[in-house]
Amino acid sequence: MRIAIASGKGGTGKTTLSVNLALKLAESKSTALIDLDVEEPNGSIFLKGKLINSLDAQRMVPVWEQKKCNLCGKCPAHCLYNAVIRLGDYILVMPELCHSCHACSELCPADALPMQASPLGTINHFQENKLDFLESRLNIGLEMASPLINQALAYTDKHFATHEYQILDSPPGTSCSMIAAVQTADYSILVTEPTPFGLYDLTLAVETLRHLSQPFGVVVNRWGIGNNEVIKYLEKENIPLIAKIDHQREIASFYSQGKILYRDFPTVNTALEAIISHLEALK
Amino acid sequence: MKEIVCISGKGGTGKSSVVAALSWIAKDEILVADCDVDAADLHLIFAPEPEKSEEFYSGIKAEIDPSRCIACGICAAKCRFDAIHPVGNVYQVKPLDCEGCGYCFHVCPQNAISLPEQMVGHCFTSNTRFGCKLVHAKLKIGADNSGKLVAKVKNEAKQLAAALEKEYILVDGSPGIGCPVISSLSGANLALLVTEPSLSAQSDLERLWKLIQKFQIPAACIINKADINPNISHEIKKWLKKEGIRMLAELPYDEDFQAAIVNGNSVLEYNYTKWQPVFEKIWQALKETK
Amino acid sequence: MKIAFTSTGDGWDAKVDPRFGRTDYFLIYDDATEAFTLVDNTEIRSVEHGAGPKSAEKIFELAPDVLITGNGPGGNAASILTKMKMKIYVGAGGMSIREAYNAFKNNELQKGV
Repeated sequence: MRIAIASGKGGTGKTTLSVNLALKLAESKSTALIDLDVEEPNGSIFLKGKLINSLDAQRMVPVWEQKKCNLCGKCPAHCLYNAVIRLGDYILVMPELCHSCHACSELCPADALPMQASPLGTINHFQENKLDFLESRLNIGLEMASPLINQALAYTDKHFATHEYQILDSPPGTSCSMIAAVQTADYSILVTEPTPFGLYDLTLAVETLRHLSQPFGVVVNRWGIGNNEVIKYLEKENIPLIAKIDHQREIASFYSQGKILYRDFPTVNTALEAIISHLEALK
Repeated sequence: MKEIVCISGKGGTGKSSVVAALSWIAKDEILVADCDVDAADLHLIFAPEPEKSEEFYSGIKAEIDPSRCIACGICAAKCRFDAIHPVGNVYQVKPLDCEGCGYCFHVCPQNAISLPEQMVGHCFTSNTRFGCKLVHAKLKIGADNSGKLVAKVKNEAKQLAAALEKEYILVDGSPGIGCPVISSLSGANLALLVTEPSLSAQSDLERLWKLIQKFQIPAACIINKADINPNISHEIKKWLKKEGIRMLAELPYDEDFQAAIVNGNSVLEYNYTKWQPVFEKIWQALKETK
Repeated sequence: MKIAFTSTGDGWDAKVDPRFGRTDYFLIYDDATEAFTLVDNTEIRSVEHGAGPKSAEKIFELAPDVLITGNGPGGNAASILTKMKMKIYVGAGGMSIREAYNAFKNNELQKGV
């Protein structure tokens, strides 16, 4: 079963929950954790396993061949991302802006823009105890999150297909990279906190998942800091409340050091057990 | 006019709380622009009443005219994003998957494909209960923030600030290190970094700084919840010094911040005597940072 | 010598736009003829991504000897301008064109990448 852990806003505890849930599941079931927050992958701060496999993720970008080019001027017009620019007798390609659509290359009458592999990021496969952990890290300055997410998911399909649980740590927000992650999942868990900010961002995430017709439930983190509004909202909207994790200052301190929580904090452990039985009941 | 952009890289460091508190202190001198469009939360505290609302168009998506489509399938074969599929006896575009590259538009033998600009949300200019004006935006589902939208919000803010003779624009910047944050920083006079002492926030801060340096913008930093992990706070302070970033303040971990948000308040309204001096000092320091 | 400013308008009293990619105008001053040429760049407002390269393309066409702006151009624009061997001076954001010109003449502006 593939579970996406997502949240409308950053900083609600999405990565913390993903890491702790995956480690707990791995105690008794075959589990893989896939960090898809490729712009800011922080899962590896909490997990320090053995590196099993490391791949350079690539994508295709055009490369200008001056000798073949007849300077017809079509390629800048074909590129709607402004990634191909003409400066007099030169054609410049800016890989950072390229979406790998192949239009400039395949529509070039002189074959002067062949596509070549270019670095996108890295995908690292770690093992800690029985947990498989996949980290995908986008190169700085690139905005191509979705292709790297798709490559990490392809790796998951190939290597973790028989695992009982695949946990996806999704990108935050409701952007297209978040959508790329959650739409492949069987079920999503939205992590929120009981404050007006948390609630507002949750409603955006709920709208998005409903738009995608994806089933989901909610975990409320830092229970005790805010108010009851988020619970009222879930009841009104008929959204399952899977678990609440109590707020404790000590948890924030543990987290800041990159430590695992559930063995030291009963509230986290109880919440994880509730999540696991919720997931088991979905089967 | 001075443009101060507040950014954090990682979410959850308390950036919006800091912006709200500074806005309360400086309400007569500033205009606020919310460029954290994906998770625009400031309106929950500012209670804005829009006096101007404008539709915002950004990005294009392919659309196939079914009356002209002959189902030759060339568009689907060329699409690298798997966004075009046969439906009945014509082809259709799945808008969420379309990246707007326009390849299909160029190759359709029937000229059945158009590339309309998408209405992705609204841009507002509002009066707030603080007294200062707020320029903000709301996106539709699945629409992404973009450099263009951030530039639009900032342009509106600049024009209005000039008309109202406001000396400062306080910008709540976009998260991450992509195009929206680049556009948030572009044209800024000062970057205000809000971080927290966790390994995650620290690594994001360093990534963000690499970007800011490209723009040669001076920066100042607030470490929020500094006492959660004094060791990392210390590390961050050492790093700031090394990089020449002004250290403005260390704020303690304090439940007042959450309590204020729950009441829809800035932390100053929640406990004025405790927080007014803290943020007054930060604001004065910000004003003199060059 | 032709000097290009990223600007908010025309003439000595216009302000230097601190942004490169999303500047509304380029103002060209030719100190041989003491004449200004204002070049409209407002179409950049409709550009979603890649504003920097687009504006750099325009600078190429205008072919000034020197470019004066506020913040340093972003990575993509910077790589194009480097390729063109453009001389860039930064730190003039918010100055009037006159102030920026004087600062340039007095070697008070910082060299950009």
